[in-house]
Amino acid sequence: MSLAVPPALEAEIDTLISHYPQRRSASLMILHALQDHFGWLSQEAIEWTAAKLGLQPINVLELVTFYPMFRQAPAGKFQFKVCRTLSCALGGGHALHGHLCQKLGLDPHKHGIQTTPDGKFSVEFVECLASCGRAPVLMVNEAFHEAVTPDQAEALLSQCR
Amino acid sequence: MSTPTPFLPPQTAPSAETIRVKVDGRDIDVPKMMPDWQGKLQPTTMLQACQLAGVEVPHYCYHSKLPVAGNCRMCLVEFGTPMMGPDRKPVLNEDGTPKIARSVLPYEPGTPRGAIACATPISPGMELYPSSAATRQMREAVLESLLINHPLDCPICDQAGECKLQEYSVQHGQATTRFVETKVHKPKVVDLGPRIVLDDERCVLCTRCIRFTRDLVGDDKLGIVNRGSYNTIAAFPGTRFENNYTLNTVDLCPVGALTSKDFRFQMRVWFLKETPSICATCATGCNVTVGSREEVIHRLTPRENDAVNGHWMCDHGRLNYRWVGRSDRLAEVQVRLSSGDLQRSSWTVALDRVAQHLRKATAGSVAIIASARLTTEELFLLRQIGVRVGAIMDSVPRRGEGDAYLVHADKNPNMNGARATGVVGAEPGSQLPRIIEGIRTGAIRTVLAFGEDLVKAGCPAESLGRLEMLVAGDILPNATTARAHVVLPGCAHLEKRGTFINAKGRVQRFRKAVEAPGDARPEWEYLLDLHRALGGPSGPDNIEGLFHWMAREVPVLAGLEWSRLGDTGVTVTI
Ligand code: SF4
Ligand code: SF4
Ligand code: FES
Ligand code: FES
Repeated sequence: MSLAVPPALEAEIDTLISHYPQRRSASLMILHALQDHFGWLSQEAIEWTAAKLGLQPINVLELVTFYPMFRQAPAGKFQFKVCRTLSCALGGGHALHGHLCQKLGLDPHKHGIQTTPDGKFSVEFVECLASCGRAPVLMVNEAFHEAVTPDQAEALLSQCR
Repeated sequence: MSTPTPFLPPQTAPSAETIRVKVDGRDIDVPKMMPDWQGKLQPTTMLQACQLAGVEVPHYCYHSKLPVAGNCRMCLVEFGTPMMGPDRKPVLNEDGTPKIARSVLPYEPGTPRGAIACATPISPGMELYPSSAATRQMREAVLESLLINHPLDCPICDQAGECKLQEYSVQHGQATTRFVETKVHKPKVVDLGPRIVLDDERCVLCTRCIRFTRDLVGDDKLGIVNRGSYNTIAAFPGTRFENNYTLNTVDLCPVGALTSKDFRFQMRVWFLKETPSICATCATGCNVTVGSREEVIHRLTPRENDAVNGHWMCDHGRLNYRWVGRSDRLAEVQVRLSSGDLQRSSWTVALDRVAQHLRKATAGSVAIIASARLTTEELFLLRQIGVRVGAIMDSVPRRGEGDAYLVHADKNPNMNGARATGVVGAEPGSQLPRIIEGIRTGAIRTVLAFGEDLVKAGCPAESLGRLEMLVAGDILPNATTARAHVVLPGCAHLEKRGTFINAKGRVQRFRKAVEAPGDARPEWEYLLDLHRALGGPSGPDNIEGLFHWMAREVPVLAGLEWSRLGDTGVTVTI
């Protein structure tokens, strides 16, 4: 187990655990915290979480493989999350996703998250981003963009350095 | 491993209070509460009520000795409950019988909406319809969904012939498929641990394996990864599923997903002859079913006995059978010539030689080593012979590691048989040093060793050369049989009938699964002959008669009858 968790992060995680009557209830929160820090969840991160909570690693792996927002491989520096739930699907979410993929040389029909070989960009579909009235919606890392046209998407790409 | 919940739950009786329900139109009174997997009383379920009424409800995830999971939906049953009016009084039909509300969708009354029988408690006046058209429709739908991504590789599947997916498909499924899409593929030939191979495509995700190893063994190694139709049973990468009870998951797995490396692709199960027997690897004496074909043993599986092993057995005992078919088995009666060579002989000649020698032997000059791997009947006969010739007797203890589940530290299956028959005293093995010393000094000139190698038991091989007569009755060659004047080939317990008395005093009968090789005979048979040749009463010549003779002579077995032992045994106080 070779995960180097900085003391500040570990302190944050210990606080998270203290919020729950049962330690294992903090599993998801810890995984989010680790993914926020490391960018993805390695096997060591899963083992670290299990040891922290007194669980078996398989218990944590079940969660990590169940929830699509957890990643078991690093994603790009800039992560494009395109909404495909109903309003966005009707409002052009698929075309937006397809356009991004085409610009970045990715396969628009492939399932799940895709990353460019240089590790700079990732594109994936996500479910409702809670701005359904302004479809189609996407996020670039933590930044939110509404009513995005393909041209605007291209502009967003070129802003990423 | 963390502390397990009881591997063998206490045997609890159902509650005396009953509830009246109807199963397929028949009234039946069933206990209000029944023991669950831990032996605690819980409200009786629809599935248990149907079982009590003699109606089988198909199920995958439910197992009486595992916590209820309710995930497979195979046990869906249509039911009805008495209708209540707004006045909280039962609504009655014109004929005065209670009106029953059946479980259908309120907005689509033609659509059945059953309940999972394994997890739904019964209530007074409930009606269960395990044979109704609606129940059949639900079963068909569940099976159709289970088979959507199934590879249908039954022809090469080890489980074929004892697979619940096959059986329920025949009984409750459809003959045609509507599925034309591409199947989801999952990992095959997954090496889960040293004894288990997993085929994830055949798995019905019942989680029996997970619950067994997590909740009974306390080794939480298995889980379900991924989502939806990609759900896959797995161990964490880099970890092994390797506790001493893993092979029980192969029995529990209702389909061919978990397979035993030992049994995989060895034999079609429908060719196996099944014989009830006992595991002889430790003093627990787990009940087993021996699967054999044409005198070759192919597997042992646990046989249910709540007083001994529940539904389970350990992996070590389960796999400890191959030696029975070893090619170097003692298969010839042999007598040493004056030239010093061993020569093939006959039972008559060999036993005659032993009897003649014993008749001349002076009291105190004879020792008998009787293995606690022999049957109680054989130990009894050896004791009779020992008393007749004034022999000093003992057995060889085998201590090892025990565990908190089934495995006992005593690795002899029948030391209690040796105790009961008087072959050993309070401390088995305490006479051995005296015997070995006697052989060395020449005070002991005749030794009869049955099922034990004296050299292994601590007697220097040179001392054995000094004996006037060394008789070795055994199964496999060893340092003692190599030096014996008379070699008598015997039987593994799987090749004969008899009883063992386990560590808890359970007298357990076993049957003969396979033939012994060559001249080999059950020890009790030739010991009866020898006893007669030494002037013993003519006595019985079958195992039942021998058992009854023993039961008359041995106080702790008083009153026992061979037939009453059944296949699950009777407990006595040792
Ligand atoms: S491997 Fe077998 S026992 Fe385990 S979940 Fe799948 S079908 Fe059930
Ligand atoms: S616990 Fe003992 S008797 Fe039971 S299977 Fe294992 S070795 Fe055999
Ligand atoms: S559907 Fe896209 S934001 Fe809600
Ligand atoms: S047996 Fe699986 S749901 Fe009831």
